[in-house]
Amino acid sequence: MTFTLRALLGACAVGALAAAASAETTITVATVNNGDMIRMQGLMDDFYAKHPDIKVEWVTLEENELRQRVTTDIATKGGQFDVLTIGTYEVPIWGKQGWLIGLNDLPAEYDVDDLLPAIRGGLTVDGTLYAAPFYGESSMVMYRKDLMEAAGMTMPDAPTWDDIKAAAAAMTDKSKEQYGICLRGKAGWGENMAFLTAMSNSFGAKWFDMDWKPQFDQQPWKDTLTFYLDLMNNYGPPGASNNGFNENLALFQQGKCGMWIDATVAASFVTNPKDSTVADKVGFALAPDKGLGKRGNWLWAWSLAIPAGSQKVDAAKAFIDWATNKDYLALVASKEGWANVPPGTRTSLYENPEYAKIPFAKMTLDSINAADPNNPTVDKVPYVGVQFVAIPEFQGIGTAVGQQFSAVLAGQTSLDDALAAAQQLTLREMTKAGYIK
Amino acid sequence: MARRIPTARKTLTTAAAWTTGLVIFFPILWIVILSFKSEGDAIAPPLTMLSAPWTTEAYTTVQERSDYFKHFWNSVVISVGSTLIGLAIAIPAAWAMAFVPGRRTRDLLMWMLSTKMMPAAGVLVPMYLLFRNFGLLDTRIGLVGVLTLINLPIIVWMLYTYFREIPGEILEAARMDGATLRSEILYVLTPMAVPGIASTLLLNIILAWNEAFWTLRLTAANAAPLTAFIASYSSPEGLFYAKLSAASVMAIAPILILGWFSQKQLVRGLTFGAVK
Repeated sequence: MTFTLRALLGACAVGALAAAASAETTITVATVNNGDMIRMQGLMDDFYAKHPDIKVEWVTLEENELRQRVTTDIATKGGQFDVLTIGTYEVPIWGKQGWLIGLNDLPAEYDVDDLLPAIRGGLTVDGTLYAAPFYGESSMVMYRKDLMEAAGMTMPDAPTWDDIKAAAAAMTDKSKEQYGICLRGKAGWGENMAFLTAMSNSFGAKWFDMDWKPQFDQQPWKDTLTFYLDLMNNYGPPGASNNGFNENLALFQQGKCGMWIDATVAASFVTNPKDSTVADKVGFALAPDKGLGKRGNWLWAWSLAIPAGSQKVDAAKAFIDWATNKDYLALVASKEGWANVPPGTRTSLYENPEYAKIPFAKMTLDSINAADPNNPTVDKVPYVGVQFVAIPEFQGIGTAVGQQFSAVLAGQTSLDDALAAAQQLTLREMTKAGYIK
Repeated sequence: MARRIPTARKTLTTAAAWTTGLVIFFPILWIVILSFKSEGDAIAPPLTMLSAPWTTEAYTTVQERSDYFKHFWNSVVISVGSTLIGLAIAIPAAWAMAFVPGRRTRDLLMWMLSTKMMPAAGVLVPMYLLFRNFGLLDTRIGLVGVLTLINLPIIVWMLYTYFREIPGEILEAARMDGATLRSEILYVLTPMAVPGIASTLLLNIILAWNEAFWTLRLTAANAAPLTAFIASYSSPEGLFYAKLSAASVMAIAPILILGWFSQKQLVRGLTFGAVK
């Protein structure tokens, strides 16, 4: 072979490689660290087989860090991310501000009508779907069947708060470090306030009236908090004001809680014999009510959305379609079993007879269906959101109010003082933000 | 004759020093212990946690899930790069301030230090826009630039105080012998200030290695250093203490080892000059 011919062939090869490289689109996905997301990263071979021209890079961050990081990027149109993992709180706010790309043009096979109506409703603004749900959750009661049986009690499928209190009293044995009920106490809009706001809905309380005036000076909030403090002080674990989702998860898995009212996604953790000492003893029930027509359960969906600054919208849509369609659920089931399929997004999943065998499947679906983000409280309210108020100011206000209520649980302040402080600080912030004229 | 120190006092001082050392080291020790426990045990009360079996499970998971060496290399490039560029700028600046001070040198030094007093979040958006417009987002060179600027006041201040301890007459003598400005700084001043420069170098590498505000906010997939590697192990739903601790141990180990090896140099430099 002559030198010229070799050089020519070499040049062709380099050219071909360069062309292949330039045809490849790299998208950056910003995500939180949770089991379903990590599992998806392990199943990417399927995506690459279907989309050999798209490469996916992951940026995993802590939830609040992700929120700040992504907000900066969207507000400045930085274009660092092509797909974002965001929650039901952000989607209505960001969608309304034009920060997200609409997803109404997903292919017909995606079957958008298969998405659970409550979840889809929370991700839609003025008829446009702004995010595709990756997994959805509500909250429910998880309880120890063995302890209930030993106490001679049965848990109704749809308990009232009084049922919960009676069960908590019967299961508490502090000498054995066994506490009737474990609930969130750690301050934060996504920690204790998620639980307390959802609980308050069932007591007829609300954050704001139709004029956006805060309602912490009204009786229903006092009733909610009084009941919560009574439960926690008498039947809860010590130091509960520091307990969030993960702390309660650990307590429940160690067999120290008779009941735990929290995210439905916890069901797969507490029934996993690898980590949980009570895996085969857990029963599920709907979140409690007070006979007022609303249950104390929330609604949340970790969803995938495309920021308006992305330059690679088509590739991002292809990824979202893959990660949230029915085939993905079947893929996870085939590789990791039905118990590990991301829950709470599609009606067809709950119609699948294989999935129906999972002990917490039905209760998760019923809990999700029992929440209505557009109509969350007993009375009419001007806001969207079950365990949050979908306004940008809520993160700050929610956390500040959460600190007040956490302080009451820790015994650092009185309930009346905390409610007065909550009312005052919320009123101040809402006036400053222009909601109250 | 050496002063005699009573044994009781010696014991007391030793005990106090050990206690202080242990208190300061305790969080790191705790992280190391947690990293060798299972997730379930890591969140258990301290006594239960300590008696639980040891495992390297968390390290295995972290190894499988993350590209440690990519983050490690980014940390090395960013911290060493920013420190070296900072020194290259700060040595001549500190020389000028120490040996040929002007009327406003003190004000200038104070003004430089005052930039450190501003909360970083205050300039996040303008900084982010600058990075976006110059195509520097998620690049190592961008981070080297920003960390150089952030640590420059500290480098200049440290070097300035070291240089002030060096008698100006020596430099004058060098000048009398015909040394140019360049050779005066390179061959006369720098060798005399080596302990000071070394400790400035080490301290700034440590500061840049641990910097977590800008390194988290200006990076995404490519230039993210070990701070982002640690941040990726915190989880909103699911236990993570053991994995987070394992990631933290892996992130601080290199800088800890560097610190141990250069301890003598670091202490000598820190006690040399006016910065004690």
